[in-house]
Amino acid sequence: MIHACSIRNLKKEYVLKSETVRALRGVSFDVPEGDYVAIMGPSGSGKSTLLNLLGCLDKPSSGELLLGKDNVAHMSDNQLAEIRSRRIGFVFQSYNLIQQLTVVENIEVPLYYQGRLGAKERKRCIELAERVGLGERLTHRPTQLSGGQQQRVAIARSLVNDPYFILADEATGNLDSKTTAEILALFDELNDEGRTIIMVTHEDDVAARAKRVVRLRDGLLQSDVMNDPLARKAAAAHALDPVVETADEQAMHQPTTAPAN
Amino acid sequence: MLFLRTLNLGVKSLLLHPLRSLLTVLGIFIGVASVIWLLAISEGISLEAQRQIESLGADTIMIRSVKPPNEKMATQGVTPYGLTREEYEMLVSTIPTIKSAIPIREIRRQFQYESRTIDGRMVGCTPEYAEVTRLVIDRGHFITEAENFNTVNVCVIAAKLAAKLFPYEDAIGKRVYVPENTDFYTVVGVLKDRGASAAIGGSMDSQDFSNDIYVPIKTLQLRIGDVVVRNSGGTREGEMLELNQITARVDNVANVRSTAAIITNALASHDFMEDVAVVVPLELLEQARTTRLMFMVFMGLVAAISLLVGGIGIMNIMLATVTERTREIGIRRALGAKQADIVLQFLVEAAVLSVVGGVVGILAGLFCTPVVIQAKWFASEYYPTIFKSLPEVVRNLTPAIVPESIPIAFFISIFIGIVFGLFPAIRAAKMNPIDALRHSN
Repeated sequence: MIHACSIRNLKKEYVLKSETVRALRGVSFDVPEGDYVAIMGPSGSGKSTLLNLLGCLDKPSSGELLLGKDNVAHMSDNQLAEIRSRRIGFVFQSYNLIQQLTVVENIEVPLYYQGRLGAKERKRCIELAERVGLGERLTHRPTQLSGGQQQRVAIARSLVNDPYFILADEATGNLDSKTTAEILALFDELNDEGRTIIMVTHEDDVAARAKRVVRLRDGLLQSDVMNDPLARKAAAAHALDPVVETADEQAMHQPTTAPAN
Repeated sequence: MLFLRTLNLGVKSLLLHPLRSLLTVLGIFIGVASVIWLLAISEGISLEAQRQIESLGADTIMIRSVKPPNEKMATQGVTPYGLTREEYEMLVSTIPTIKSAIPIREIRRQFQYESRTIDGRMVGCTPEYAEVTRLVIDRGHFITEAENFNTVNVCVIAAKLAAKLFPYEDAIGKRVYVPENTDFYTVVGVLKDRGASAAIGGSMDSQDFSNDIYVPIKTLQLRIGDVVVRNSGGTREGEMLELNQITARVDNVANVRSTAAIITNALASHDFMEDVAVVVPLELLEQARTTRLMFMVFMGLVAAISLLVGGIGIMNIMLATVTERTREIGIRRALGAKQADIVLQFLVEAAVLSVVGGVVGILAGLFCTPVVIQAKWFASEYYPTIFKSLPEVVRNLTPAIVPESIPIAFFISIFIGIVFGLFPAIRAAKMNPIDALRHSN
């Protein structure tokens, strides 16, 4: 069976001045294709380090890290960049869209770095924008979109390169509960379509939506448990309960207009 | 296609801060425009200088009488100095490389016609003078051999003088009165307008021929003579001068230098007064070319400094941009940009800034000539006194755009964009993507 990602005895050490910080002290687990994993843990547990390693933004000190068939543990900077553009879909807490680009252009960015830009690719980006419900806003800039809409663009962008897995880092951390529910529902749909999702979160009700929860503590794997499918459904149903919106939350639905400087 | 996208992105990013980009472009714009302007102005000046020298003729040698310093002049009576007719005969008959030579005598005189009076210069010369100094006759004829031989009172007048003395009638056949000698000269020819020639002898000003009257040299000798007496402040000062100048034409340009050396030697052994100067236009021309080169290097240096300042402006702005867009760099790295992609992105932005500045600067440079001409016209029209007090070089200035300066300026602007954009671009690419993503802005 091919795993979307396979980790063997992964270690990462940082040298800060004279002190050596052992952020990961030998973590091993597999993520099969189509899985939906939530990675949890208190701050300092090593979950950010693990996320950076999974995202090919950093190299492990030792251990094996397989993404699909690619062993990325010993790759050069350029090779890692190549993997990031072809095989990983990032979704960040703060959306991380490029301000001067439109919705479609933002979705296109990973393809741009693969050197693949054409009518076919453009069509695919438009389809993805439609898939996440932004078909009407193709030429909008990020500043003209609400937080939830921006995160949808980010999700569409993470799908454009047909990645091994979507790597979501606190993807709902900046969103109100209603938008959170919408985004999580979108993740559910994508997972149902067969997409692998790895999500870092510290919110229990977000983690409850995953198929499986991996907990880290002090750089080691603390637990790796499957969520009860029934409990997942209940959590999903609960999230869609009508919530009485406060004025603050209503304000959050308005498009944000970031001041341009 | 991909590069077009990069270019498009660069332009979009620059347009996020239009005013800032505009000011950065301005630095390069000024640099490039100043390269073209300064080169065009220096070229204009040197072309005018070369034209003036060339109008003297490359195959000619000028031997001029120089008035000795006052302490060498006699305090009483008449001091003879300068070239003599005897020396003229000697040079012509003994130096074989001299093809022809013209004796010239110049005296300042007043000229009158009816109620109009003009201060001008009476030039005694032979018929060859017109050919050697490239005078062009407008109406009538130049002095003839017969008129010189028979010492006839005829004259040929310069165009501007004709216009002032005979504003409403044809000058030909009219008689110009010289009050100091109570003489009349019949006008037989009017010259076409003639530009100024390069300075020779003592004065820095170029020679002005606009108030000249040409008469046969023998007539001048007969009517005025060699002795000039001035009454001033109760003393009488006299000087005796046979010829002001001999203009010799050499048979071949290659012989100009050697002939000039022979003339200098011959005159030095003949005359101990050191009252003669030998001027070789060919040497002046070569001097002018050297001066032009120095001028260009100097102007180039000034322009290079302004380009350097422009380049530093680009670097400054790009460094600020890189810091400001750290987050964007992090996002791009996370989405698959290699370090080289980031370098390219910021280099393209720097290059766009400098190329836009360069192209606009070149366009502004092309307007150099009409702008300078308009400015001169404006100054002469509205501030005539200030304009007249300007140096002659400035008043006569017509910039000539050096064609090579345009591609040079263009490539320099690209070069500056790349050189000064490289450091900020590399700095952007070297950022750790994790830190860059965490950067808050």
